[in-house]
Amino acid sequence: MGKLFEKFPDPLARLIVVVAALFALGAFAYFVLIPKPVKDVEMQWADAIKREKARPVKYAGFHVCEECHGEIQKKKQTGYHKDLSCETCHGPAKAHTENPDKVKPAIPTARTFCPQCHAFNPSRPRGFPQINPVAHNPLKPCSSCHNPHDPKPPTTPKECSACHGEIARMKAVSHHVQLECTVCHVAPQQHKVSPRSVKPSKPQVREFCGKCHGKDAKEKLAANAPKIDMGEHGEKYVCWQCHYPHSPEVEQ
Amino acid sequence: MNPETMHSLQELLPQIQGYIYPNEIEIHWGLLIVVYPYITGVVAGAFILASLVKVFNVKEVQPLYRLSLLTALAYLLVAPMALVSHLGHAERFYEILLTPQTSSAMAMFGFVYAWYLMAVLLLEIWFVHRTDMIDMAERNTGATRLLYRALSLFSKDKGERAVAFDHKALKVITIVGIPSAFLLHGYVGFIFGSIKANPWWSSVLIPIVFLFSAIVSGIALVVLLYLIITPLTGGKINMKCVDKAVDFLFYAVIVDFSLEMVDFIHRVYQSEEEIKILSEMVMNKLFASLIIVQVLLGMLVPLLLISLTKIFKKRFSLNEDMRKMVYFISVILIQFGIFATRWNVVIGGQMFSKSFRGLTTYKMEFGGIEGLFYAILLLALPIIILAVLLKILPPWKELREEGEAGAEAAGI
Amino acid sequence: MNGRRTFLRGFLSVLLSGGAIGGILRILPSRADAREAPPKGKKWYGFGVSVDKCIGCARCMDACKNENNVPKEPFFVRTWVERYITRKNGQTTVKAIAPGDEATPETVSDKTILRSFFVPKLCNQCASPACVQVCPVGATFQTEDGVVLVNEKTCIGCRYCIQACPYGARYLHPKTHTADKCTFCYHRISKGQLPACVEVCPTQARIFGDLNAAASPMSRFLRMNKIHTLKPGLNTEPKVFYANLDGEVR
Repeated sequence: MGKLFEKFPDPLARLIVVVAALFALGAFAYFVLIPKPVKDVEMQWADAIKREKARPVKYAGFHVCEECHGEIQKKKQTGYHKDLSCETCHGPAKAHTENPDKVKPAIPTARTFCPQCHAFNPSRPRGFPQINPVAHNPLKPCSSCHNPHDPKPPTTPKECSACHGEIARMKAVSHHVQLECTVCHVAPQQHKVSPRSVKPSKPQVREFCGKCHGKDAKEKLAANAPKIDMGEHGEKYVCWQCHYPHSPEVEQ
Repeated sequence: MNPETMHSLQELLPQIQGYIYPNEIEIHWGLLIVVYPYITGVVAGAFILASLVKVFNVKEVQPLYRLSLLTALAYLLVAPMALVSHLGHAERFYEILLTPQTSSAMAMFGFVYAWYLMAVLLLEIWFVHRTDMIDMAERNTGATRLLYRALSLFSKDKGERAVAFDHKALKVITIVGIPSAFLLHGYVGFIFGSIKANPWWSSVLIPIVFLFSAIVSGIALVVLLYLIITPLTGGKINMKCVDKAVDFLFYAVIVDFSLEMVDFIHRVYQSEEEIKILSEMVMNKLFASLIIVQVLLGMLVPLLLISLTKIFKKRFSLNEDMRKMVYFISVILIQFGIFATRWNVVIGGQMFSKSFRGLTTYKMEFGGIEGLFYAILLLALPIIILAVLLKILPPWKELREEGEAGAEAAGI
Repeated sequence: MNGRRTFLRGFLSVLLSGGAIGGILRILPSRADAREAPPKGKKWYGFGVSVDKCIGCARCMDACKNENNVPKEPFFVRTWVERYITRKNGQTTVKAIAPGDEATPETVSDKTILRSFFVPKLCNQCASPACVQVCPVGATFQTEDGVVLVNEKTCIGCRYCIQACPYGARYLHPKTHTADKCTFCYHRISKGQLPACVEVCPTQARIFGDLNAAASPMSRFLRMNKIHTLKPGLNTEPKVFYANLDGEVR
C-alpha cells in the first residue's frame, strides 16, 4: 500500500484503491454470491419453455370427442358442418373428457347463438349461408328446423331466395327488383335436390341483356330500362364483366 | 385485477377517434417517462455548461462551474428513480444488470449511466472539491470532520504534486466527459429513435434533437438556479457571467429550433403513409403542448426576448434589473418548453395507433405511482438533493467571485 | 516500474475497446442474425390466415381467452378480428369485433359499401422480432421452433416490447404486470395439438403448422395462395401469412 502512494500522486492512489475495492466487491457479488439461475439467461429460457409447456389445456381437440360420441361424429362427417370442431359450439371440453359425468359441456340453444355465424353481414364471404334473424322464423329455436350436426334446409325450398338469400336481398333493392330469377336463369328441378352437381343456366351472350337494354329493345318489361347502342357500347366485353346483374351499378 | 384501471380504461373508450388496435388503448409510458428524459437532459446540459469553463476556457461562466456540476449530480441521482418506479416489477430491476441483452438500447443505458456517474461526474466533483474537503475537515470537528475525511477518501495531501495532478485529472475527465454527456442523452434519444414500429419516434434526428434540447434545458436551469440562489444567499449576481451563459443558451435554442424544424419539414415533405394521422394528432391532441407551449412559449418567445436584449443593447446594458427580468422569464419559459418537448415525444408517440387509423387519449392520474403528485415529487427531489450538496460542498466563494478573477484563482 | 504501468494501460485499453467492439458486434448483426428456418427435420412453426374464409364469428377470440387465461376485458387480447368496410367514396373504416357483439344484421345491403371483409390478427411470431431485440433483460425470446415467448418470471414490466411491436400484439397483463402475447398456444402445439383459435375456427380461415413439413395444411396453404404479410417494410419477417389480404389492412 505504501508503495502505491509513493509511486502515484496521493489522489490517484486513493482512487485506485477505491476502484479496485469496488471492482473486487462487484466481482465477488457477481461470481460468488449470485446463484447461476439468476444470471444465466439460457437457463431462464429453458425454464420458461418448460413452464409454458406445462400450462393446462382447456380445449381437448377434435379427435378426442369421437371416442365416445362416434355416432354424432359420423353424422357430422357428411354434413356441411364436417369441418367444425365439436368445441366450436360446445366450448372447451378438456374437463369433460377427464370427468365425463360431472362436467358437461354447454349445449347452446339460444336463438342468438347460431346467428353469430349465420346472421347476414355484408362483410361475410359471398355464398356463406346467412339469414336475417329478425325475419327468419322469429322466436323459433334454430334446432327445431335444423339439426346442428347435419344442418340443411328443413324442406326442399321452392323460392330461390331460400338458398340464395344474399343475392335475393341485393336484388330486392336494385333496379332489377321486378325481375324473377327465372327471367335470366333456367333452373332444372334436380338443382333443388343436388344443388352443387346440377347448376342452373346463366346467360352467355351480350345480346341477352340487349333484349332489354339494346337501343331498340322491344321487350315490354324494359320500357324504362336504360338503353345503349349495342354496337358501340362495351367493345369486346360481355355485360357482366362490368355490371353485376343482381345489383347493376349504373345509377340513374 | 384492479377495478380502477378497468374503469379508467372503460372511460377512455368513447375518447378514441377512428380505429386503434384493441391492445393500444392503454398508454404505457406515462408521466414518469416524460420526467425521465427531462431529468437526464438537465444532467447533460448542466455538464456541458461546466465543460465550457474547463475545456473551452469560457472564463466568464466560471462562477457557474461548481453549481452546474452539483446540479448535474443531483439530477443524475434522480433519473433512474423515474425509470425504476414505472416498471411493472420494480423489484426485479437487478435483472437489467445481471442479464443485460446487448441488443437492447434500454439495457445498455444502465452501463452508459454507470459510466457517466462513476467515471465522469463523481470523479470530476471529487477532484474539484478535494482540497476544499481537506480544508473543511481541518476546520471542523466530530461527525462533520469525519464526513469530510471520508468524502475526501482520507486524503490530506495538499502538496504541489497532488494539486497539480488534480488539475491534470480535471482536464482529462472533462474532455472524456463531453462525449460521455453527449452519449448519455443522445442515448436516451436513441431509446425512442430506434423504435422502427413508431414513425413519430423513428428518426435519426431524434438523438440529436434530444441532445440540443438537453443542452438548452441544462444551461437554462443552471442560470435559473443561479438567479434564484445568489440573492437568497446574500450574494450579488454577476451579470457578465449570466450574459455569457445566456449567449450560449441563445445559440443552443437556435440550433435546437432549427433541428426540430428540419425534422418537421422533412416529415411533411416526405409525407409518408403515417402523415395523415400524425398531423391529425398534432392538430387535435398535441396542439396546446406542441404548438403553443413547446414551439411558441418554449422557443420563439424566449428567442424573441433574448434577441431584444441584444438588439437594444444600449438600453438594456444600462438597466441590469430589466435584463435580469427578461432572462428570468426566458429561462422559466424554456424549462416549460423543454418539458413539453419531452411530453410531446413520449406521450405523442403513443397517442396514435400503429394502424395509422386512430387516436387514443392520455388521461393523467393524480395519485399513484404514475400520477402527477409523484412526478412533481420526482421533479422536486433533485432540488432537495442539490440543497444538501450545496450544504456539503458550498460553491459560494466561486459563485460570488467576479468571473475572470475567479478563473485565475482556480488556476486556469 | 514503467513496464507495469504500460501493462496496466494496455490491459485497460484492451478491456475498454474489447467491450465496446464486442458490444457493437453483438448489436449490429442482430438483424442479420434473425434465425433462418432450421434444416429439415426441425420444427419451424408458422400460421396461415385465409382472409376470404373468415366470417367474423369471433369464436377464435373466445377460445383464446378461455385457453390462455387472458383477462376478459376487451383491452387485453392475444388475437382479435378486424372488420373492414371500404365505401364507394374511398373511405375505409375499421372496427375490432367483440365476441359479445349483438348479431345485428344489416338486412338491406348498404349501397355505399364497395367491399367489406374480416381480418383475423394475432402475434406474427416474427423471424426477426423487434420485441426480442429491445427487451433489456432477455425476458422475451425466440424458441428454437420459432415461437416468441415471454418469461413472466424475469419480465420487469418496462413495456419497451409493447412499444416496439408494430402490430399491437402485446399488452401488459393486469394481474402479473408483465408483458403478455400470443404463444401459438405453445402448451398445445408441443403436445401435437392445434392452437385453440385454429381448433375452433369453423371455416378453416386459420391454419397452423410446421413450415418445414413436406405436406400439411400449412404447406398447401402456402403453395396454393398468393401470400402477403403485415408491414413487410419493417423487415420483421412475420411468420403469420395472409392469403388474399387487402391493401387497406395494416
